[in-house]
Amino acid sequence: MSGFQTPSLDWAALTPELVLLAGASFVLVVALFLSPQYRRPFAAVVAGFCFVGAGIAAGILFSMDESGTGIVADALRRDRLAELAQVLIAGSGFLAVLVSYEEPEGEDRIGEWYALLLSAAAGMAFFVAADNLITLFLGLEWFSISLYILCAISIERLPALEAGLKYLIVGSFSSAILLFGSAFVYGATGEIGFEEIARAAGEAERLFFVAGLAMILVGLAFKASAAPFHMWTPDVYQGAPTPVTAFMSGATKVAALVLTMRVLVVAFPGEEGLWTIALAVIVCLSLAWGNLAALVQTDVKRLLAYSSISHAGFLLMPVAIGTELGGRALLYYLMSYAAMSVGAFAVVAARERELGRPVGFPELGGLGWERPFLGVAMAVFMFGFIGLPPAGLFLGKFYVFSAAVDRGWTWLAIVGVVATVVSIYYYLGVVRAMYMQPGEMRLAPAGGSPPRDVALHTGVGLALLVTVGSFLVADPLIDIARDAVDLLAFPH
Amino acid sequence: MNTTVLILLPLAGALSIWLFPWRNSATASSFALLVALVELAYWVGTVLNFDFSRGGLHFETDVEWFSDLGASYKVGLYDYSLWLVGLTALVTVAAVAYGYWAGRERPGVYLSLFLFLEGATIGVFTAQDLLLFYVFWEAMLIPLYVLIGVWGGAGRLGATIKFVVYTMAGSLLMLVAVIALGLRNGTFDMEQLGTSANGWIFLGFAAAFAVKAPVWPFHGWLPDAYREAPPEVSAVLSGVISKAAAYGFIRIALPSFPDPLADWRVPVLVLASIGLVYGSLLAFRAPDVRGVIAYSSFAQMNLIVIGIFAANDSGLNGALLQMVNHGLISAALFLVAGAVERRAATGQLALLGGMARGRPLLATVLITTGVIALAVPGSSAFAAEFLVLNGIFDRGWGWAVVGAVAIVLAAMYMLRLISAVLHEDVGSAVPERALDLRPAEIAIIVPLVAVLLALSFWPAGITDRIFLAFGP
Repeated sequence: MSGFQTPSLDWAALTPELVLLAGASFVLVVALFLSPQYRRPFAAVVAGFCFVGAGIAAGILFSMDESGTGIVADALRRDRLAELAQVLIAGSGFLAVLVSYEEPEGEDRIGEWYALLLSAAAGMAFFVAADNLITLFLGLEWFSISLYILCAISIERLPALEAGLKYLIVGSFSSAILLFGSAFVYGATGEIGFEEIARAAGEAERLFFVAGLAMILVGLAFKASAAPFHMWTPDVYQGAPTPVTAFMSGATKVAALVLTMRVLVVAFPGEEGLWTIALAVIVCLSLAWGNLAALVQTDVKRLLAYSSISHAGFLLMPVAIGTELGGRALLYYLMSYAAMSVGAFAVVAARERELGRPVGFPELGGLGWERPFLGVAMAVFMFGFIGLPPAGLFLGKFYVFSAAVDRGWTWLAIVGVVATVVSIYYYLGVVRAMYMQPGEMRLAPAGGSPPRDVALHTGVGLALLVTVGSFLVADPLIDIARDAVDLLAFPH
Repeated sequence: MNTTVLILLPLAGALSIWLFPWRNSATASSFALLVALVELAYWVGTVLNFDFSRGGLHFETDVEWFSDLGASYKVGLYDYSLWLVGLTALVTVAAVAYGYWAGRERPGVYLSLFLFLEGATIGVFTAQDLLLFYVFWEAMLIPLYVLIGVWGGAGRLGATIKFVVYTMAGSLLMLVAVIALGLRNGTFDMEQLGTSANGWIFLGFAAAFAVKAPVWPFHGWLPDAYREAPPEVSAVLSGVISKAAAYGFIRIALPSFPDPLADWRVPVLVLASIGLVYGSLLAFRAPDVRGVIAYSSFAQMNLIVIGIFAANDSGLNGALLQMVNHGLISAALFLVAGAVERRAATGQLALLGGMARGRPLLATVLITTGVIALAVPGSSAFAAEFLVLNGIFDRGWGWAVVGAVAIVLAAMYMLRLISAVLHEDVGSAVPERALDLRPAEIAIIVPLVAVLLALSFWPAGITDRIFLAFGP
């Protein structure tokens, strides 16, 4: 009888996850022993370094890995797709650290705050590398649980508590569906590894296999906040502390979208005829629902939440298309989208701190003139979300539409165009509120102007840099996106 | 001489006004005016160095942007785009100077947006790559939106939203067309596009240009935008931006879509003819100064489209000459309208009148511009309209009749405008002490009129120097 064998571990490949995880434990423990005034600087600096370190580690791995390898007994995949996603997640995390540095919320739980942020990012880094159904589920739960707690970290505030609870209940429900689907797929094929599933698909019990695929898709669409599985998004985005929302909107999108593409392309290439159509339907619903509901929002965080739903539609479009060009389009889109999304919520956070209340349109009044830098940044983000230059998202949309036209799905590009036209109204509504409100509607900051929040301004500046930079120097970024999807065997 | 300098100089000027701490001071305004003047001087230098004996692209720059789909930063000047760039530079100088003189709130930001707009517009006139063209096309929208939305009149918010939604709906259809055309050819280089017989792609482009021009019935945004914007913004909008749409027809629709153009000629000509007559009638009925100019501008753009869709030498020459003419005319008229509104605090024709008495300069400028606008024989507008009608006559005499009728209508609305402002009884809104045009206003508006007069004497100065690049 042979003894229990542990798989050989490729420690180097796990560096990003390990750095983040180590940082989380370190912050959590050491912060306990520090006097309160040192906790925040300490935790934030450690978290910042960990995010930068994880990002650099993933970047180095990206430059080394020309081909993909399975690690930890093929439970995880070491390839450029995962590593690029890890860079983006670490980048969003770093921005979130900057944004949250002067956040008054969660003041007395600051160690936990940064530990959970790191742990959520570690979970996402693990999740995007998942190569079988078990690691997929583990990663999903890992980052989701961290985020549930982060949302409700200031339990004294009712909306935050509500957001946390709602996220927990709906999120657990979706996880259960995903797990159920995984079980169906395993039952039908007898395999859990993505490639093995694809190979065994031919002899699989058809009904359970397809049902499993559908349920996995539903679970992932929940995380990507695509309609009709988006119900939690507005409440959670609105109720959670704004820096947390910023992080979620950037990093969760990256993780969910990248993994959706990986699962579908690697594990279910044979069912391509089904999932392309299913996704195309989800795309249309997300675009329609997200944009139409955003039109009537008055709370800016809620508006951005609906915008995030509609962008889930734009992001799933290239996945549905299922071509190599589509894969490139997705990753390039994610690069600028993550930065813009974090940046936009950061501006909302700045205004919230200044006025000490939730930010609706009236609260934005005069922001553009009083805080020229934040105003211009927000305007660039809003114009960028519409798809106007000089934001990388302009080229992102161009790429997504190109992928659609290239596949012969011009109609899908036109659906995207119509959705964009609708979205103009509410994105410009934000610009209008910032610059064009009559004088009497402008608000004085509560208790005078607060001291300049350097960390947050740096964060917004970085987000702006990525947004505009990805437009001006598109070529290298597209090469990176191409390298990242090089190994996926797209069905078209 | 370098085309990139023409694009980047105003953009860099705008950016430096935002970045330096001199924002909102007179220094920033002077700097903006200086940049606009340097740009104009640079354009004059470009004209002097331009080799008109050779067709094709001049002062070309080609840098790869992203290799993946074959998009590049490729700019250059054709002989006909040269004149439109000049129009942009000249009108921008006038608009910036007028804005400076009129004293708007936050002048630094205000004037820098004009420079930004100038850079984007010149980008549209010089881009030789479809995607780049589209980028500049969309980039024009942002400064215009802010200029009207922040500094416009009471109804500005409604006007801007209408303007942006109309324009974006058209231009996003163009984006799909750009993608479809580019992917089929494997390149976005306009020089290497070849021709396409696909009517849908053609319509995508046509939608964007038809909204921006605007061709009837896509003009819903026009009256509000022209009325609510500050006069110098209206001057740029009707003088220059609308020309970008006509330029799009000439640069993209004409060479790349010969077959769809022929198929769609009659429908487009019908729409443009309706627009020409309908716009002229609306101009005749408009109750305010800006309304008359706005609708006349609408009508004139439809005439230009008719000239372009004649797609022959005469029609195109006339269209291009008229683009330059009308750019100068409408810019001058909007600035005069601004001057009138400044004095009477209203643009309602019913409340105006009798302003010629004791104000000879105002009367001279308005009458000179108005007379050129109504295409009196001997004026450059007459030369242009004659060429357009001559060109369209080849496609059927009926179109030429419509055009001729519209010229009569132009005389009606222009003379009505002149008499309602200058003659008749002194209007109730015209104060006795309202001054004649100030030296600054003269210095801003007269150069525009002077160029018009020069063109009237020598229209061949332009018509001999265009369209050597391709014969339709």
